[in-house]
Amino acid sequence: MTTPLLSLRGLTKAYPGVVANDDVSLEIGRGEIHALLGENGAGKSTLVKMIYGLVKPDSGAMEFSGASFAPQDPRTARAGGVGMVFQHFSLFDALTVAENIALGMENAPAMSQLAARIREVSESYGLPLSPDRIVGDLSAGEQQRVEIIRCLLQDPKLLIMDEPTSVLTPQEVSILFETLNKLRSEGTAILYISHKLEEIRILCDAATILRLGKVVGTCVPAETTARDMAEMMVGTTLKTPQRSGATAGEVILELNKLSLPPASAFGMPLREVSLSLRKGEILGIGGVAGNGQDELLGALSGEIRANEGMIAYKGLDMASMGPNARREIGLLSAPEERLGHAAAPDMSLIENALLTGAVREGLVKGGILNWSAARAFADQIIEAFDVRTPSAGNAARSLSGGNLQKFVIGREVLQRPDVFVVNQPTWGVDASAAAAIRQALLDLAESGAALIVISQDLDELMEISDRFATLNEGRLSQPRPAIGLSVDEIGLMMGGAHDEEVTRG
Amino acid sequence: MDLSAINPIILVAALISAATPILLAATGELVAERAGVLNLGVEGMMITGAVCGFIISVNTGSPAIGFVMAAVGGGTLSLLFAFLTQVALANQVASGLALTLFGLGISSLMGQNYVGIKPPRMPDVNFGPLSDIPGLGPILFSHDPIVYVGLLIVAGVWATLKFTRAGLILRAVGENHDAAHALGYKVKRIRTLAIMFGGACAGMGGAYISLIRVPQWTEGMTAGVGWIALALVVFASWKPWRVLLGAYLFGGITQLQLNLQGAGVALPVEYLAMSPYIITIVVLVILSADKSRAPGSLGRIFHASQ
Repeated sequence: MTTPLLSLRGLTKAYPGVVANDDVSLEIGRGEIHALLGENGAGKSTLVKMIYGLVKPDSGAMEFSGASFAPQDPRTARAGGVGMVFQHFSLFDALTVAENIALGMENAPAMSQLAARIREVSESYGLPLSPDRIVGDLSAGEQQRVEIIRCLLQDPKLLIMDEPTSVLTPQEVSILFETLNKLRSEGTAILYISHKLEEIRILCDAATILRLGKVVGTCVPAETTARDMAEMMVGTTLKTPQRSGATAGEVILELNKLSLPPASAFGMPLREVSLSLRKGEILGIGGVAGNGQDELLGALSGEIRANEGMIAYKGLDMASMGPNARREIGLLSAPEERLGHAAAPDMSLIENALLTGAVREGLVKGGILNWSAARAFADQIIEAFDVRTPSAGNAARSLSGGNLQKFVIGREVLQRPDVFVVNQPTWGVDASAAAAIRQALLDLAESGAALIVISQDLDELMEISDRFATLNEGRLSQPRPAIGLSVDEIGLMMGGAHDEEVTRG
Repeated sequence: MDLSAINPIILVAALISAATPILLAATGELVAERAGVLNLGVEGMMITGAVCGFIISVNTGSPAIGFVMAAVGGGTLSLLFAFLTQVALANQVASGLALTLFGLGISSLMGQNYVGIKPPRMPDVNFGPLSDIPGLGPILFSHDPIVYVGLLIVAGVWATLKFTRAGLILRAVGENHDAAHALGYKVKRIRTLAIMFGGACAGMGGAYISLIRVPQWTEGMTAGVGWIALALVVFASWKPWRVLLGAYLFGGITQLQLNLQGAGVALPVEYLAMSPYIITIVVLVILSADKSRAPGSLGRIFHASQ
């Protein structure tokens, strides 16, 4: 190989109390898809932010196309030929596709010309997109296309993608991979961040693995097993979640044609969702985000009230019961959004433990809080779920995503639910924490509780579910035994609006 | 009761003038809010503009310079708000309320020696024969220049927000400041400029009261117009032409009820006096029933935490 497109030498960036990147070096050649691997907090985000000009390194040097490269801000980086697709989309919901794209360009042409170029580029890369639509109305996959096309319109030499497939259906993933391969054949280099090791093995030419801010290894993904890569990331050997096949017991929760209006302006109504859940089983619910997952969780937790006769738990009608009444009789839930929904960000872990544990753990007597019991409960969660925090008095916000997730899941699991509903239990959580959470869910089912696990991560659902169903446009598919389901079958179950892309892909 | 004493042409001409202070203040606040800043200090910036414009006009003899300095005065006061909310990251609601109290205080201090003085009068724009057109002439072509400046500002704000890149960036900052920052836009700088524009407009609106509507200086003479302008922005769903409609509606009903009072309508004065508030709010509530919503980042503190 001649001079690499991008070379990083000895990049170091420290924040108060933590060295995010410590002497990181790597090289990316033209037309190479380079994977950046690491657990949460390994320093991947900081590294790409330095390349994109959002963060300035404390020391070290970057070279781009053989010349010294030190972008002051994202504009300079974009002008130099670096494009970035963010993990949490940097999009404006209330603006149109064309307006969103114009905002990410240095010299945006007039709107009419831009619309024509968007159509042209989106067609040629197989990412159909209409420029006039409001971004808030688009699916996650379509929103990602907006980001990608925004980058492509500026002919980047290097495209950075942060967890691009975490919100996509298998079909959308294969469309994305085709696009990325086409870009590679045109000479565009791609820096690809992902947790999904199988994808990296298929797609990437080289990989650099970070742990605690340091480069701990490089490998050729196609020649390395996913397990080896995961162990390099974590630094220890991984345990695969285990369960002994228990038999499902009697029906404990029944939904009968549950229909609900959407929870928000950009939400999705639930349409006649029916299912019956048995003791000791895990029902996995897949589907692309925004297809009714939040509404389903809300209806089960009691945040959204359904009409009479739609939800029966232990034979009781749930129509008139709010979240606390449901908790009291053993129907618990953990929503997707950790900060702000599952946990109050600025309250301590003790207070957060109190918030959902008060009823079942007897932390309140006659309206008076029992702080010592609450602290003991919080400590118990921290102990049992290996939550890494200086103390239970720390604010929820100060914990890393994975640790807080272990806390909010642990908080519910330790309350011994009879039915536990959870949305995205391991979203944005690193491999070892995810494995611990999955094991806890399996253990809970083992002990006789019934679980509904809603997730975007199909591998996760296949690993822990007894039965599998999908949500699409607010409708629940017929649950099927999870064992023996193929990826294609799952994709078709998720299908619906994405059917046309299935035939295209 | 003698309704024939109410001349509809004079009424319409008067409502355009009566609406101008609210229109100016509300348009400025609209720009700030579209950039994601909730500035509750409109009343304070208006009264500061009113006193600045008054003092400068009296001392220079030129109402035009007075209006310019009123805009400068309002803009300067708004810089205090910008410092508190954009640099010191203080709460916007509290800072805005403080700005109103501060503005009311400093304006009465500055205006102490100006009570009872008459300011120089601003002549109407001379449209020549156009102002002699029956009906249209008195309504459209017989006003002071600030009325037309106000209309130009509304049209300019609308066109800028809708058609220009600067307007798009401003809306983007108000909609999602984290995303705008990630794309490399200077959120704080853009917001500071929007706050200053809002302050300048509010200052001119205030000076319109002290130099043209009332023409004299009394303490607290804006009398809540700033709060009405704030409410108007919300009920107008952050759309410039609806702000214009709301301001004219409010100004029109204010004039009409004054005329009705003069004509001796058999309704208690209190009902007439409250009618502009009620009718304007009812109409705009009905209008705002469409799906338009507040800018996504309105009132939220932006901190570029990496």
